[in-house]
Amino acid sequence: MLQFNHVFKTYSDGTSAVKDLNLKINKGEFVCFIGPSGCGKTTTMKMVNRLIDITEGSILVDDKDIKDQDAVELRRSMGYVIQQIGLMPHMTIKENIVLVGTLLKWSKERKDERARELLKLVNMPEEYLDKYPHELSGGQQQRIGVLRALAVNPPLILMDEPFGALDPITRDSLQEEFKKLQKELNKTIIFVTHDMDEALKLADKVVIMRDGEVVQADTPEEILRHPANEFVEEFLGRDRLIQGKPDVTTVGQIMESSPVTAQTGATLKSAISTMRDRHVDSLLVVDSNNVLQGYIDIEAMNLNYKKANIVDDLMETDVFSVSGESLLRDTVHKILRRGAAYVPVVDEAYHLEGIVTRATLANLVYDTIWGDGKELEEKVAAAE
Amino acid sequence: MMEFFAEHGNELVIKTWEHFYISLAAMLLGVIVAVPLGVLLSRVPKLADRLISFVGILQTIPSLAILAFFIPIVGIGKIPAILALFFYSLLPILRNTYIGVRDVDQGVVEAGKGMGMSNWQSVLKMELPLSLPVIMAGIRLSTVYLIGWAALAAFIGGGGLGDFIFDGLNLYQPSLILAGTIPATILAVIADRSLALLESKLTPEGLKDSYEAA
Repeated sequence: MLQFNHVFKTYSDGTSAVKDLNLKINKGEFVCFIGPSGCGKTTTMKMVNRLIDITEGSILVDDKDIKDQDAVELRRSMGYVIQQIGLMPHMTIKENIVLVGTLLKWSKERKDERARELLKLVNMPEEYLDKYPHELSGGQQQRIGVLRALAVNPPLILMDEPFGALDPITRDSLQEEFKKLQKELNKTIIFVTHDMDEALKLADKVVIMRDGEVVQADTPEEILRHPANEFVEEFLGRDRLIQGKPDVTTVGQIMESSPVTAQTGATLKSAISTMRDRHVDSLLVVDSNNVLQGYIDIEAMNLNYKKANIVDDLMETDVFSVSGESLLRDTVHKILRRGAAYVPVVDEAYHLEGIVTRATLANLVYDTIWGDGKELEEKVAAAE
Repeated sequence: MMEFFAEHGNELVIKTWEHFYISLAAMLLGVIVAVPLGVLLSRVPKLADRLISFVGILQTIPSLAILAFFIPIVGIGKIPAILALFFYSLLPILRNTYIGVRDVDQGVVEAGKGMGMSNWQSVLKMELPLSLPVIMAGIRLSTVYLIGWAALAAFIGGGGLGDFIFDGLNLYQPSLILAGTIPATILAVIADRSLALLESKLTPEGLKDSYEAA
C-alpha cells in the first residue's frame, strides 16, 4: 500500500528532519507515528502527500512513486485531517464535507447524497448540513473534518494530531468512534500523535521516531513487551509498562497451580471436610486422570445433603474454564462479566492446571499500584 | 440660493458627475492592480514589506507635486488626473489585501492545500473570500480619500468639483467654494455607504454570523 524507501529530508540550512526512513505499511493498517516534537513524524507524513518534498529516496503508494504524480491530483486521492481542523468558515457543513468532490467536479446530486451518507456515519442529524462551522462544537467540527477526508472514499488517510486540540472527554469518544469507523471502512491510516495512550489505543502498528530516525516500529503489544531500547522505555513510561502487563500476561503466568479439588466418586462427607480444612466454599471436581468434570459448592450440598451420597450427584457440569495460554486481559473481562468468583484453568485435554480467583486478580492490581514489590524490597534492603 | 442654482445648476450636475467618475476610475484601476498584487505579495512576505513601505513613501509625496510631475509625462486633462489619483488609491488597497490574505487562518489554507486545491482554487475559493472584509475596508478608505483628492484634478484641467472650489478661491466667492465642497462631501458619504452595502452583500454567509458571534 505505502512504502518508504531510504527516505531523507534535509532542509536547505543543513538540518535533517528525516534520515534513511524505511517502512512498509499494509492496506487497512492503522499506523501511528509518535515521538517527541522535532522527531520528524509530521515531516514524514507531509511527504506522503507532497506538502513537503522528499530530498532523497522514494515513497511508493500502491507501487507508484508519488514523485511521478501530479501533486494536486495526488492530494485529492488521499484524505487529510489536521489538528487545527481547518474547516472553511465561509462554507456550509455540506460544502465542507464534499469539498474534494467539488474539486473533482462531482454533480450536485452526487455531492448531496454523499454528504448525507457521511453525516449518518457519525450520527449527526441532517439539519447540520446547512449550518456553518462556527455553529458547531470543537468535537463536532473535527467529526466533519474526518468526514471531509472520507468524502471521495480515499483508501489512504493522513491525520496530523487530529484530536490533539480537543478536550479529553471529546477526544476519547472521537477516538473510539474513529477506530470503529476505520475498521468498518477498512482504510489505511497514517496518524501522527505525541500522545502515547492515543497511539496504543488506536494503532495496529506504532512507529516510534527520534531525531528523524525510526527507533522501533511494531504492534503496541510487542512494544510494551519488548521496548527496543531505553529511549522507548522512557518514552512509554514506567507506569505504562506495568499497566501494559495485563495486555501480554497469560493466564498461566498468574494462576494458582494447586486448586482445591475433589475426586469423582468421593463422598460428600469427605468433600465437606476438605472445604472446612481449606476454607473454601466450592470444590473443582476432577476424575482420576485430573480431567475437569465440574464443580460443587456448599450451597448445593446444603440443600441436597439428604438425597445424595457422592459428589458426582450434586456437581454442576456446566463449568466455564480458560486455557493457560489465553491472555489475561480477556480472562479478566470474562470473569468480571460472568460475575464468577473463580475460573479453572485447563489444557487442551481438559486436564486441570490451576485456578484464577478474584484474590489472584486483586494481587495483580496490588502489583500494578505498588510496582512488583522489588522497589520496596530494595529500599528495605538498603536501609538494613 | 435659487439664483445660484439657476446660474450654476447645470454646471453643478456636470462637475459632480465628472468628479464622480474620475474618482471611480482611479479606484477601479487601483483595485485591478492592487488586489492581484497584494495576493502575489502574500506569497513572498520578505519582498512584500519592502514594497509596501516603498509605496508608502510614494504616498507621502504631496498630491500637488504628483500632479505636476505627471504633466510632462502624460500632459493635462482627465487621464493624467485619473493616473495620479490611481497612485494614491494603491497603498490602502494593496496593504489591506496583503494583510487580509496573509492573516487568513493558516489551518484552513493548509487543509485546502492538503485536500488538493490548486493555487488558483486556493486564492479564489478560500483566500479572497476569507479576506474580503479586510480588502473591502481598504477599498472604502481609499475611495473616500480619492473623492477628496479628486478636487485637485481641476489644477491640471481634469475638471470635477475642484473647478468650483478654485474659481471660488480666485474670485473670492464663498458660495462657489461651498458648491464644490458640499457635493464632494455628499459624494464621499454615499460612496462609503454603498461600498459598505456591497461589502455585506459579498461577505460570505458563514463569515457574517461568526463576526456577529465574536
